[in-house]
Amino acid sequence: MSDVRLIDIREEILSDNQELAGKIRRDLGRHGVFMLNLMSSPGAGKTSLILRTLSTLRDRVRIGVIEGDIASSVDAEKVSREGVPAVQLRTGGFCHLDAPMIERALKELDLTDLDCIIIENVGNLVCPAEFDTGSQRRAMILSVPEGDDKPLKYPLMFSVCDALVVNKVDYLGTSDFDLERLRERVCKLNPDIRIFPVSCKTGEGIAEWTGWLAEQVAGARPPA
Amino acid sequence: MHELAVTESILNVVLRHAGQNGVRRVLGIALRIGELSDLEDTWLQRYFDYLSKDTLAAGARLHIERVPVVFRCEPCRHDFPVNVREMDQVRCPQCGGERMTLVSGREYFIKNIEVI
Repeated sequence: MSDVRLIDIREEILSDNQELAGKIRRDLGRHGVFMLNLMSSPGAGKTSLILRTLSTLRDRVRIGVIEGDIASSVDAEKVSREGVPAVQLRTGGFCHLDAPMIERALKELDLTDLDCIIIENVGNLVCPAEFDTGSQRRAMILSVPEGDDKPLKYPLMFSVCDALVVNKVDYLGTSDFDLERLRERVCKLNPDIRIFPVSCKTGEGIAEWTGWLAEQVAGARPPA
Repeated sequence: MHELAVTESILNVVLRHAGQNGVRRVLGIALRIGELSDLEDTWLQRYFDYLSKDTLAAGARLHIERVPVVFRCEPCRHDFPVNVREMDQVRCPQCGGERMTLVSGREYFIKNIEVI
């Protein structure tokens, strides 16, 4: 009869993913490439925001896109039509992208030819919040029709992001969505978050958002 | 939905330590998970039982300690626990301040394993 004993582990559960994410960040840093992890629920406007961002910044910033989708390649096709490098990751039902998937996708992109990579994560406000992809910054989109109560339901997502894009502001006034109430709720979870009200349809607010993104890209470039 | 990925990571870490320590069987696994995580205890155990079949950790029980969400008031530096469902009405109980930062609640940690 052997004794039951305890072995101390003291390890982060997602340590493998975190280690790989750290390695990805260091590789990107060496190439002076900035990577953004863009997350939202389905239909909030990730692809529309990416298309708007491409058309605004493409003359100044060389952008590549990694598209996470459960089954289709519709979004990657839309992005490719803009003439920018796009990699499609079909997650086959997986609810999020993690560092190993991003590492594979990065092999398809030429880092020496890019300044910025935007990851379009799987449409979901829960799981993607838990997994570091190796990006330097995380941004999320909340669209007006989803309601201003979402920070209460998905607190982790709102607390891990560096920027929040509030899309479809052209719908403000047709619903009881209150931008100030949202701002208060979000800032309680995450006082440092930057908030950008935009409409991908009308173009309102896009300049502020792309200005912030361009600053982040410039910050990742090695000093000349 | 990401319980499967998380459970797989737990199993990998546990089996690595079990291997290094010449363990015959893993009986229990103590975890610390922040209350901001959406993981469900029942599902974690169910996925774990499925993934750990035919390993040293088959049949091990997951003991999950939930770490409460704690905020720190920026103006007065007071730390206080917060109910996840009432996060929109949070005010510092000491000074009524409304600017705060998250101190705990995002943990994802394997503490130890019980083995023979």
